[in-house]
Amino acid sequence: MAGSAGPEVLRAPLVVEFPFTRSLGPVQSAFLTGLRERTVLGVRTGDGRVLVPPVEYDPVTAEEIRDLVEVGATGTVTTWAWNPAPRRDQPLDRPFAWVLVQLDGADTALLHALDAPGPEAVHSGMRVRVRWAAERTGAITDIACFEPGGEGDPGRRPEPHSGAFSDPVTGIVAAARLDYTYSPGRAQSAYINALSARRTVGERCPSCRKVYVPPRGACPTCGVATEERVEVGPAGTVTTYCIVNIKAKNLDIEVPYVYAHIALDGAGLALHGRIGGIPYDQVRMGLRVEPVWSEGGRYPDHYRPTGEPDADYETYKELI
Amino acid sequence: MSKEPVAVVGVGQTKHVAARHDVSIAGLVREAAQRALDEAELTWADIDAVVIGKAPDFFEGVMMPELYLADALGAVGKPMLRVHTAGSVGGSTALVAANLVAARVHRTVLTLAFEKQSESNAMWGLSLPIPFTQPLLAGAGGFFAPHVRAYMRRTGAPDTVGSLVAYKDRRNALKNPYAHLHEHDITLEKVQASPMLWDPIRYSETCPSSDGACAMILTDRAGAARSPRPAAWVHGGAMRSEPTLFAGKDFVSPQAGKDCAADVYRQAQIADPRREIDAVEMYVPFSWYEPMWLENLGFAAEGEGWKLTESGVTELDGDLPVNPSGGVLSTNPIGASGMIRFAEAALQVRGLAGEHQVEGARKALGHAYGGGSQFFAMWLVGAEPPAG
Repeated sequence: MAGSAGPEVLRAPLVVEFPFTRSLGPVQSAFLTGLRERTVLGVRTGDGRVLVPPVEYDPVTAEEIRDLVEVGATGTVTTWAWNPAPRRDQPLDRPFAWVLVQLDGADTALLHALDAPGPEAVHSGMRVRVRWAAERTGAITDIACFEPGGEGDPGRRPEPHSGAFSDPVTGIVAAARLDYTYSPGRAQSAYINALSARRTVGERCPSCRKVYVPPRGACPTCGVATEERVEVGPAGTVTTYCIVNIKAKNLDIEVPYVYAHIALDGAGLALHGRIGGIPYDQVRMGLRVEPVWSEGGRYPDHYRPTGEPDADYETYKELI
Repeated sequence: MSKEPVAVVGVGQTKHVAARHDVSIAGLVREAAQRALDEAELTWADIDAVVIGKAPDFFEGVMMPELYLADALGAVGKPMLRVHTAGSVGGSTALVAANLVAARVHRTVLTLAFEKQSESNAMWGLSLPIPFTQPLLAGAGGFFAPHVRAYMRRTGAPDTVGSLVAYKDRRNALKNPYAHLHEHDITLEKVQASPMLWDPIRYSETCPSSDGACAMILTDRAGAARSPRPAAWVHGGAMRSEPTLFAGKDFVSPQAGKDCAADVYRQAQIADPRREIDAVEMYVPFSWYEPMWLENLGFAAEGEGWKLTESGVTELDGDLPVNPSGGVLSTNPIGASGMIRFAEAALQVRGLAGEHQVEGARKALGHAYGGGSQFFAMWLVGAEPPAG
């Protein structure tokens, strides 16, 4: 896990991905359904230009526009850039050109991929045609890519189109994915490393003297760096809590259970954990608890009562 | 040179619902913006700048709304700004727009906030699997429920107060045609019998997930003079923030909230908010936040907020109506919820709130908060232009 930033600083990949859904509205619905039917639609603006892909609102006048037209599946490259190393989920898995294509009958250009053997085979002004995907669902990927060639007629006039198709596509899934390399930094790395020895180590602010657990390397109140390491706990006090009655996704915990804020002895603020070893309805503010570790767990599995008398409210009310 | 007085002359909202499958996000924001323009009897050409806000990007995956929505909001060739402050964003977005008018940078500004919760999952957005980090064991309600328990312990509030807020707000929503939840058969017994999700928070004491947008037209003195309908005048507006977690943070009554309210009252020359303010639209996503914010905003002394709720002061016909629109408990397109509070406050002092109008409202407070109770945005609007 050690990375180049220093022997003690942790690093790990973090993938953030989610299948967002998108309702299309009338114009995008017609455009994407049209692609499924091998028909490319644009929209006519107030000043008579044809925009492909279409938009719902006139970029000049801001008026709503719904005047759909059909343009050609052939067109002219207006500009391009060679992509020598495609990434995952790009239109082609071999080197290709990103191109702006002005389809015949359109006044604006569409961004897509051009399947070409190399950059020497691509130039602005070249004629290209749509290569339709074999399986089409009503998505921009129904155009698999563009390919060189394309007889067509650059002077083609766009034909009015109702935009009506049977079984129109009304929504799409727009999967998003971001790949990060995450590092928790010096202070949290030291905290995490100490946890592996079942010790909880925070950092004390040199100015306000409060002990931060987990430490962030700086005191957010005083705005100064923290360096002095201080072991806290292992026991602590339940400052407040709730009883969780609904099962959360990705959490393998039987409900009901108690989710609590726990101020470890010596810490300047509470951290959170689950309370076990006591019926859920007997947990209370002020309960004294200690961590219970499981084999291989990075954090305590839960906290259980120590058996000590409850802490007096006055001793922890500033930590709630 | 003194600031230019700022007036709200147009308000537009969509009918908030669980899912607007019939429109794109562009279509959704357009609907609210067009309604605000229509109310102000203005056209796109009358707008000098556009300021928009939305929920954090991971909530709905729209990373550059300012780019995507420029056409729909008539922003081509005009300045367009986007504001980020988590759940309080609707409020801070309106304040950025108001400041542009107050500073005489622009004369008439369209401001808008939106969210389509149906196209995303806010809970996912709040619980990214950060390596080495202990996952939150409880979800959004679980994050806030312990703070509610702390409030109950600190004040001795009886555990029925939360249900009173939910019952009130859901009844108020029945008078607001734009509200998401219209529970015609709501009773206090039903609220109190609803399942306890994150004890002490019940299902009926939580906000829904909504699709919706809210827009306002803000303008200067000359613009207000041309307005066909009464204007709401901004008497004070402020934002404050603090870290999510720090030693000494008071989650029950955050310092940033107190400071923000004090700044607004100073600007608006409010000495006694409880007596001088006629209606409040505050951000209450879980019912117990009403008594908590009543204290934080200075409407009640510490420990006394729940007594205002319990005695009916915050009812629509009470002495200090809180959330006459039905509030966040009835409508929650997160990114827009703060702006809806600001807009509903404006509707109250304009006398345009319809069935949920607070009779004779002359001064109203709009309030938003977000993040881990760390971002606050508020404005106070009045029926008369500010003095001076």
